[in-house]
Amino acid sequence: MDISNYLYLSVILFTIGALGVLIRRNAIVIFMCIELMLNASNLALVTFSRSNGNLDGQVASFFTMVVAACEVVVGLAIIVTIYRSRRSASVDDASLLKN
Amino acid sequence: MVYLIALPLLSAALLLVLGRIADKWGHLLATFISATTFAIGVAEFFSMHGQSGGNRAVTQKVFEWIAVGNLKVDASLLLDQLSICFVLLITGVGTLIHIYSIAYMEHDKDRRRFFAYLNLFIAAMLLLVLGDSYLNLYVGWEGVGLASYLLIGFWNQNPAYAVAAKKAFIANRVGDVGLSIAIMISFAQFGTVSFVGVKAGAAHASPVALSAIGAMLLLAAAGKSAQFPLQSWLGDAMAGPTPVSALIHAATMVTAGVYLITRSNFIFDASSTARILVVTVGVITLLFGAIVGTAKDDIKKALAASTMSQIGYMILATGLGPVGYAFAIMHLLTHGFFKAGMFLGAGSVMHGMEDEVNMRKYGGLARLMPITAVTFGLGYLAILGVPPFAGFYSKDKIIETAFNQGGGKGILLGGAALIGAGITAFYMTRVVVLTFSGARRWKDGAHPHESSILMWAPMVVLAIGSVASGFLLSFGSSLVNWLQPVVNASNAVGGKELMKPLVVSLLALVVVILGAGYAITKYRTVPDVAPEKVSLFTKAARKDLYQDDLNDALLVKPGKALTLGLVATDNYVIDGAVRLVGWVLSEISDVLRKIQNGYVRTYALIMLAGIFIGALIIWVVTA
Repeated sequence: MDISNYLYLSVILFTIGALGVLIRRNAIVIFMCIELMLNASNLALVTFSRSNGNLDGQVASFFTMVVAACEVVVGLAIIVTIYRSRRSASVDDASLLKN
Repeated sequence: MVYLIALPLLSAALLLVLGRIADKWGHLLATFISATTFAIGVAEFFSMHGQSGGNRAVTQKVFEWIAVGNLKVDASLLLDQLSICFVLLITGVGTLIHIYSIAYMEHDKDRRRFFAYLNLFIAAMLLLVLGDSYLNLYVGWEGVGLASYLLIGFWNQNPAYAVAAKKAFIANRVGDVGLSIAIMISFAQFGTVSFVGVKAGAAHASPVALSAIGAMLLLAAAGKSAQFPLQSWLGDAMAGPTPVSALIHAATMVTAGVYLITRSNFIFDASSTARILVVTVGVITLLFGAIVGTAKDDIKKALAASTMSQIGYMILATGLGPVGYAFAIMHLLTHGFFKAGMFLGAGSVMHGMEDEVNMRKYGGLARLMPITAVTFGLGYLAILGVPPFAGFYSKDKIIETAFNQGGGKGILLGGAALIGAGITAFYMTRVVVLTFSGARRWKDGAHPHESSILMWAPMVVLAIGSVASGFLLSFGSSLVNWLQPVVNASNAVGGKELMKPLVVSLLALVVVILGAGYAITKYRTVPDVAPEKVSLFTKAARKDLYQDDLNDALLVKPGKALTLGLVATDNYVIDGAVRLVGWVLSEISDVLRKIQNGYVRTYALIMLAGIFIGALIIWVVTA
């Protein structure tokens, strides 16, 4: 199987994630899109690892997963707290620091 | 000698610093100090009189003032035959006017301040005549300018008076620039500014430099002495209290220009160009002032125009060569008596008439104010040059010396001086007729009365001076001989006599009688309001021969236009550039601000776009 197909998939996934971040307003969805972008890059890393014949890429993808897990913990906590106090998960509503 | 200056200066400072505490006795202290300086002056005069001609001048070094490189100026004083004349005039007339002012200013709540300024004036004027260098003189010169400004604007709650004070100060300033330039030229040429040093240097200096110094000194004299073309301030200076007009703007300060030229006789003797300028200014002013005097209804302004004209005579005399100086000083001294006396008389009339100055509202005051009328009348006879009153001796000598200049110049100068004497007779007779004789024209509310003894006593003393001073000063040529070592060291004699002195005197007398007679017939009846239908000549004279309009058109309007132009340049060009920079920045910020809308995804989009563009550039460059 041609290795470039994995890369195409990775690009498509990353683009979907990026578009989601740019377009959606719900914090949870944006959060999921960020996860999508991270995993797209993981896929690319693993693909390159395979094509290069060493494990560097796979190691890097583990690091990414660890960081992503931590980020989920902190990020979800913030989102839940904001939702509790403001009854909304829209990123546009969280504008207390503006003005 | 230094006490002459220090005492009035200290007294002035004391009265100004103490303020209201000194209100009760301030005028007494100032008068006492003034009398003390007069006593010192008299003592100095007698000790000087005891010496022989060559040893009479005394110098006294007070302290080393400036010592920078080549410029060494000591604050030192010079009392010689010339300055003692001025010291006696300033302190003598000054003391009389202090006494007069005690009564005249009695109801003014600022009388103490008035006396402080008077003492300041006495100190500055004495410094002016006692300084032994041009720089010392300059300090006094500025000091009297300041005192004059303060006193003209003494009632500065009246805006017109404040403007008059400012006008006098600015016109004087033009002259002061002339004096400072003269000082600079003489330092550049001779390396010194002392009278002795400049005199030594003038003996072998270039004619151009001497003419330049002479012209600048003349400019200075014109400013201070209200000579053409800087004379316009003197009429307005009458805004000051009348004693001030008598002391500063008749007897002493305005004659400082004559002193300056006489003191610089070595410059003017060496430069015929400068002398021609001096006589031109003198003749123009003596006619100018006389003509203006014929049309003034304000008694003080008529007297001011007369002062201008009489100082024109003095300036004319100083331009007539070494013999003229002594006559200039003689006329200055006699004028000091009779003009100060007449001003005090005018003040007395105003005092009785509730500060009315319009002569058309007077009339027939002689019976109600006999002492004022008599003292004023004696001053009047003196200024006309009727023998044997003071003006006869001094003015006829000037006319005579002018005629003796020889040739067309002599006839021109002498003729002009003679005509001036005739016009003087006309306008002075007009003043006397309008004020003291004829029908009563004052309103029912006025109660003219003779003034108190404090006011009429000084007038009587000055009237005696108006009668006797001319004879005393010219008896046996006493003043001429007294001043000869200072002003006529070469002992020059006058030119060939054009006419016998007796003929000149008779001519002058005829002209005076004509002028006076014309005035008497013309002013037999006087309308209350100045007639509108008058000759163009009278209209011009009423407007000071358009000198104010000329100044306005030539100097004030262009000056204002320049100022307004500079203001506009500042507002629109300089401020405009600054505002433009600010405006451009704020417009740019307005556009850029829209990017920062607070939406995270906008920032993310920009970031993404940046990354794409960056990646694209890298791809293009590496490919």
